[in-house]
Amino acid sequence: MIRISKLPLINLLRRPGRSIALVLLTAFLGFSIFGGSVIVMSLRQGLSSLENRLGADIIVVPSEAQSKSSFKNMLLQGTTGAFYMSSDNLERTLEVEGVESAAAQIFLASLKADCCSIKIQVIGFDPETDFIVQPWIEESCSKDLGPLEVVVGTNVGAQVGETLKIYEERCHVAGRLAATGTGLDSAVYCTIDTMKQLLKAAEAKGITHKVTSDDEDVISAIYVKVREGYDIGKVNSAIQGHTRKASAVRTRSMITDVSGALSGVAQTVTGLIGAVWILAFLILLVAFVMIANERKKEFALLRLLGTSRRMLGALIRREMALCSLTGGALGIAAAAALVFPFSALIETRLKLPYLMPSAPVLALTAAGALLAVLLAGTAASAWAAGRLGRVDPGTVLREGN
Amino acid sequence: MKIEACAIEKWYFRGKGDTNRFFAVKQTDLTLEPGKVTVLTGRSGSGKTTLMHMLSGLLTPDGGKVLADGKDLYAQEDKALSGFRNAHFGMIPQGADVLPVLTVMENILLVQGIYANQSRNPGADRSVGVQDRAQKLLGEMGIADLADVPAGELSGGERRRVCVARALAGTPDVIFADEPTSDLDDENMQIVLQMLKKAADEGAAVLIVTHDQEALDYADVCLKMHAGVPGPAVQTEDREAPSCQEGGAGSDLQIV
Repeated sequence: MIRISKLPLINLLRRPGRSIALVLLTAFLGFSIFGGSVIVMSLRQGLSSLENRLGADIIVVPSEAQSKSSFKNMLLQGTTGAFYMSSDNLERTLEVEGVESAAAQIFLASLKADCCSIKIQVIGFDPETDFIVQPWIEESCSKDLGPLEVVVGTNVGAQVGETLKIYEERCHVAGRLAATGTGLDSAVYCTIDTMKQLLKAAEAKGITHKVTSDDEDVISAIYVKVREGYDIGKVNSAIQGHTRKASAVRTRSMITDVSGALSGVAQTVTGLIGAVWILAFLILLVAFVMIANERKKEFALLRLLGTSRRMLGALIRREMALCSLTGGALGIAAAAALVFPFSALIETRLKLPYLMPSAPVLALTAAGALLAVLLAGTAASAWAAGRLGRVDPGTVLREGN
Repeated sequence: MKIEACAIEKWYFRGKGDTNRFFAVKQTDLTLEPGKVTVLTGRSGSGKTTLMHMLSGLLTPDGGKVLADGKDLYAQEDKALSGFRNAHFGMIPQGADVLPVLTVMENILLVQGIYANQSRNPGADRSVGVQDRAQKLLGEMGIADLADVPAGELSGGERRRVCVARALAGTPDVIFADEPTSDLDDENMQIVLQMLKKAADEGAAVLIVTHDQEALDYADVCLKMHAGVPGPAVQTEDREAPSCQEGGAGSDLQIV
């Protein structure tokens, strides 16, 4: 006994040409929706992560770094950067009214040479005053960092327990950080004491960090937290006027630049997803109307044999649902195969923070994309089914006889 | 099962506007008796198929009623009417239509499979032994070896015979056969007509719409359609010499 409920699957399997065309169409839709959504979500997640990781109201960097956008490039693209200013600027910053806390960092770029394992950004921080790096280092490394101990970003190819050679100094990897989707993933973190040792080692290799010939004590950036109730803009201006050869930048303005660019990309991608959905829906609609016309006699025969209008509609919708689910799943799988492994390339191309959402969020996005494909397919087929339901089977069966 | 048409009619509008009304079937009374073969002949476009579709619950008449054992067919919702058609009617469509993706046997068994999933299967009792009957019918028509062949690969004559087997396998109460012998050679034509006659002998009401004069040999009631009106009934006592009368322009003809 053949049950009519099996008819949609039989139709799809025994008419492979037609089925493949429909599956490809729905796969394209699934690919666009899922791939596009993951990119947009990753960009948003990247921005959010960047905001969290910066964790300061104001950042003070050497004027030279600000003008060359070196700091932003380092944050977003993971390019190495080394710029220095006098450590006096930390004291000067702390003197400004409204500054609650300030923490300095020192940057050093290792070389792609025999003296170093890899070319990498090294960031030194003071565990005593730091409120930026320390909290998230504590998530991956329970103990305090000792001399020549480092914590590596997720993109650094070194595991916990291994050693990294930086200017001939062997640094022990004590922990790995979670991904941030920013350039900070390609950096190595150590205490200021370790950094001073590395700076000396670098100087021995001819890499100078001195701002002036007699200035041994340098820093690269100061992260400032503003006391509650104070206007950040005014404090920023005060710091700018109080420090030397340094630029004070409001974190929000830096984020706003990134956010603006991200918003543009996100809007474009979202617009494209919408356009693809509408286009695919229209193509599916036309395809289904054509298929329904071609199969009009087939459907009229089913009516003649005793299939009700509702049953016939359900059969047509089920056939399209099977197509949509298969095509949608294939499209999502193809998008995942393309977007997941090439996320680093996408990040580099877009020059924006890019952090892939967690597995449950990705699973939900995939389910949502599948639902959107299913909706487009069944809506298109429902329209065709509605038209067929109104056609008189007797008249259809007589056509062409 | 007895089918009674009470003053049924069907019209269409031709051209623009609602004024040019064309009657495909003029007001007609007709009865299909259980155990009898009614043969309806007539020129192309005379309204034979339209009349048959109205009698079989496929085409709602513009006037009148169709009763199946006293039950008004078109008073039912589409779902109930479809289930009723599936359970009680065997249909041989004019175009020898089959589902091309299904095999010959699947085409035949699908009729019983339409309501197989439902708790209230109107034709459940008829599905018992249907495969054996289908195989036997295919054998009698010389196409038993085609049972597993996709129906889309069949010739016109083979499709016609599949349609006959599909209509008869479920032992329906009423059989509506629209040109059941076209595309068939003489031998198969006789076989198909004998099968329909046999179904009537077993209690079914059979309506054959045809151009083939040979069908008249098997008719208990013979009608000739003309301009939307079936001619007066003739009870054929002698199958060797059936006589049919052409319908006139009148209406409200009682056919017994």
